Amino acid sequence: MSRADFPALDQQVHGEPLVYLDSAATALKPQVVIDAVTNVYARDCANIHRAVHTLSQRATKAFEVSREKTRAFLNAGSTQEIVFTSGTTEAINLVAQAWARPNLREGDRVLISGLEHHSNIVPWQIVCRQTGAELVVVPVTDDGEVPLEDIEAKLDERVKLVAMNHVSNALGTVQDAAGVAKLAHAVGAKVLFDGAQAAPHIPVDVAAIDADFYAFSGHKLYGPTGVGVLYGKKALLEAAEPYQGGGDMIRSVTFAKTTYADLPAYLEAGTPNIAGVIGLGAAIDYVEAKGRAALHEREQELLRYGTEALASIPGVRLIGTAKHKVGVLSFVMDCAHPHDIGTIVDAKGVAIRTGHHCAQPVMERFQIPATARASLGLYNTPEDLDALVRALGEVRRMFG
Amino acid sequence: MNELRELYQEYVLDHGKNPRNFRAIEHPTHVGEGYNPLCGDRITLQLVLDGDDIRDMAFQGAGCAISTASASTMTEALIGRSVTEARAMLEEFLQMVKGEGEPDLDALDKLAVFSGVSEFPMRVKCATLAWHTLTAALEGREAVTTE
Repeated sequence: MSRADFPALDQQVHGEPLVYLDSAATALKPQVVIDAVTNVYARDCANIHRAVHTLSQRATKAFEVSREKTRAFLNAGSTQEIVFTSGTTEAINLVAQAWARPNLREGDRVLISGLEHHSNIVPWQIVCRQTGAELVVVPVTDDGEVPLEDIEAKLDERVKLVAMNHVSNALGTVQDAAGVAKLAHAVGAKVLFDGAQAAPHIPVDVAAIDADFYAFSGHKLYGPTGVGVLYGKKALLEAAEPYQGGGDMIRSVTFAKTTYADLPAYLEAGTPNIAGVIGLGAAIDYVEAKGRAALHEREQELLRYGTEALASIPGVRLIGTAKHKVGVLSFVMDCAHPHDIGTIVDAKGVAIRTGHHCAQPVMERFQIPATARASLGLYNTPEDLDALVRALGEVRRMFG
Repeated sequence: MNELRELYQEYVLDHGKNPRNFRAIEHPTHVGEGYNPLCGDRITLQLVLDGDDIRDMAFQGAGCAISTASASTMTEALIGRSVTEARAMLEEFLQMVKGEGEPDLDALDKLAVFSGVSEFPMRVKCATLAWHTLTAALEGREAVTTE
């Protein structure tokens, strides 16, 4: 039983058993991840890639084993293509500043969708301001989809980069990443995927997608906070400007001239989040042992169950009804504001997210100030969704 | 849960659903815009001041029950009072919802129904949005956010 693997589930909130339905914000951590992180600080506590002493050798080995696990997780060609960052946000900013900034000119375009998280909007606004390039947005349909034909309609040789989420955090919509990449490549553009919500829910294969860049976070994949991954095709990462200068990213330094290290160290200046990276490796092991395809299938069943359960409540409207979704149920109620819903269901021990989900343009698109969002993790059960439905009944009793 | 009932009292639910002074003033002397980016609450507050006297006050916008009820109650409490009194009540109100100091609940009168907010730190910004917007309107600032 997966639930026993997650110590945080073993607690009460306001006298009720915790029902955690906010995994899209951050997933709970299994004991094996907590143990892996603790072990770094309790035992293998050393800096990596530096000293010859035994502790440093152990830490370095575990760190690089995590890189290999991450490579295999994404089906990347080489560990040189796996750069550790502080999260998806830093990974996208790295591409924006180290790759896009030197490559964009006035008149060039960056294409995003109307479904993006702020972290896949603002870095491009910044780099467009710096370079004179233009940010172009593909609109979202009423179902919360960004169809390939609408993307194609915005693509021409002026577009140098397409940056889109693989799965929407606000609505759960799954994008046809391989289809997007094919369209982008046809006009000579590179393509970046924000995979923060995809990595925990669907098998990701950067080779099959033919992604140029792919970013995801450890903490949404049952791993620690403060660690993320940037996959980039080797030739693109090699051609990038230095992202940050410092230790580890150099081969030799003199005041006259500095030569840089090879990938991936070139893009990983400074002491990294060693415990975080090793914890991420443990999280990948955990998820792989469960089987990503099996987890996806189970979650799809639960999503169907939850969709029907919510739709059966009078006055509830689901926002985001794409054909292909992961376990995200964003909704509004006609009788209550999402913020009031969040407070009332919390009193019943049910943790959901309320607000704009760092996707204000999505809220604007659907002309709502916010949504309530229940999101699924591998520990959730139909009983969790039943508890949500009961708690929403309480909302209706108070506000209806 | 008692704290929940304390937060969503009948009075608050009523003012959340049927806000008072929820209208536009044709010739306001002071206007303030408030925004809570965390939950998307927006409020436009209009005042008619005659010297130190608050002749009229109304608001429009969209928000949760707490922020709407708070704005509604604030307008009812302050119309007919002086700006000096309003500023003093603002201080008492902020102390009460933040659970700080010893606010004068008698002086706050009807506004005391929001005392339960102090048990919900994430909702303090909802209750204070209208009041911060009032300050902005009085000081002639363009917009205020509670983030």
